[in-house]
Amino acid sequence: MTAENIANPKITVPKIIVRDLNFYYGDYRALKDINLSIAEKMVTAFIGPSGCGKSTLLRTFNRMYQLYPKQKATGEILLDGANILDKKQDLNMLRARIGMVFQKPTPFPMSIYDNIAFGVKLYESLSKNDMDERVEWALRKAALWTEAKDKLKQSGTGLSGGQQQRLCIARAIAVKPQVLLLDEPTSALDPISTAHIEKLIDELKEDFTIVIVTHNMQQAARVSDYTAYMYLGDLIEFGDTSTVFTNPKRKETEDYITGRFG
Amino acid sequence: MLSLYTRRRIINAVGLAISMLAMAFGLFWLCWILWTLLEHGLPALTPLVFTQMTPPPGSGGGLLNAIAGSLAMTLVGTLIGTPIGILAGTYLAEFGQRGWLAPITRFINDVLLSAPSIVIGLFVYEVYVVHVKHFSGWAGALALSIIVIPIVIRTTENMLRLVPTTLREAAAALGAPQWKVVNFVTLRAARAGIITGVMLAIARISGETAPLLFTALNNQFWSSDMDQPMANLPVVIFQFAMSPYEDWQKLAWAGALLITLSVLTLNILARVLFQQKAASH
Repeated sequence: MTAENIANPKITVPKIIVRDLNFYYGDYRALKDINLSIAEKMVTAFIGPSGCGKSTLLRTFNRMYQLYPKQKATGEILLDGANILDKKQDLNMLRARIGMVFQKPTPFPMSIYDNIAFGVKLYESLSKNDMDERVEWALRKAALWTEAKDKLKQSGTGLSGGQQQRLCIARAIAVKPQVLLLDEPTSALDPISTAHIEKLIDELKEDFTIVIVTHNMQQAARVSDYTAYMYLGDLIEFGDTSTVFTNPKRKETEDYITGRFG
Repeated sequence: MLSLYTRRRIINAVGLAISMLAMAFGLFWLCWILWTLLEHGLPALTPLVFTQMTPPPGSGGGLLNAIAGSLAMTLVGTLIGTPIGILAGTYLAEFGQRGWLAPITRFINDVLLSAPSIVIGLFVYEVYVVHVKHFSGWAGALALSIIVIPIVIRTTENMLRLVPTTLREAAAALGAPQWKVVNFVTLRAARAGIITGVMLAIARISGETAPLLFTALNNQFWSSDMDQPMANLPVVIFQFAMSPYEDWQKLAWAGALLITLSVLTLNILARVLFQQKAASH
């Protein structure tokens, strides 16, 4: 794989720069010399068949893998110029700056209000009033306010799947992170909830840098500004979404997005 | 030659019949035990049982001191055993992924879980009763707590393991330190299951005789001093049922019925609680 085969999009303001990133599950090398940049306040999508490493790559950005003893990453990931893989990087501070939403909705076993306040309380001590405002702000941003405002004290687990996922997005943005990682956020949802969340992504990119992993290529085409196609741990192609989808530089990418493969 | 489908149907019917028989066999004994208990225990279960002390042979009396002693020792045993069990179970499930301490603790706990309760009674006798030179309620409670601990450890660990990993990841992804993830998210998610485990542990110790025989022994009279030998239902039942006196035997039946009913109630409560938890997910 040589660099000139990969279309290099012109990213003027990179939020994250990945340099020679390798990732290991035990002895298995799941990511191979990944180099790419994530543009600030844009949506970057990672696509590729199952097991290609796109979720693994996403989970290096907040060092989620560190929960598991046998996983490790080498190389550099620069967030605003500072290497987050550095041992000196405080993990919890990093995760406060980089929020994440998972494939399955993960509401905590507490009220809707407390679900959102949980993360905020970790880093800010707000008055009751300010917290109320923050919760409302997050729920409005996540387009859940009208549905949830009368049941803030009810358990978050009682919401529908689509609402739960928007609650998780509200929870993630309530902390006011700079980057939002979305790991297949709509794969467990019906088309209407999916449309809600896609609309949301479009609005959220005004404030946040968004990275989304998706199995759904139409979704990548709809929501993202840049697209990375990965296969078996390699970054095959990375470029403007319109270029990748209409005029891919590499045959593998074309085969995948036209459905001949994967 | 039977068709494959017919053969499968026959095998299914035979298998079903055998398992129904096995179930009926098990239930038969259980119902018999319950029936015998009710038959002998119900007539003996008078208000006097709850208001009077254990009598000398030949005179009327009740089980009040034994009931109170059992409640006190069960309560103290649970109060000592539960926090230790929950803390250790939490360690095993949440913090012990790396290193050798957790696997060894888990193994020892499994041994303790299946240790005969008489061994635990003898152990407390040897390390406590022998040194203070008298039987006591504290010693009884201590022995019971040693039975509670492994049960609570096991259920706490199992229930925490049922909490989906994604929930832990979600909390960690917000930047929560591990102790907050455990305290506010995973333990909370597993709460109903852990309480169920504690209730099952209480049910288990409320009928234990062997560990109390060597520790609390018995007391003919009312005693609220945990530092003195203490009356308790299992040992009273043991003593009264073996005796030749008819009124003692009657009281033993009443006591046996009481224990069974309270264990049954605890089990049903635990079940209802756990099902509510399952329904809310």
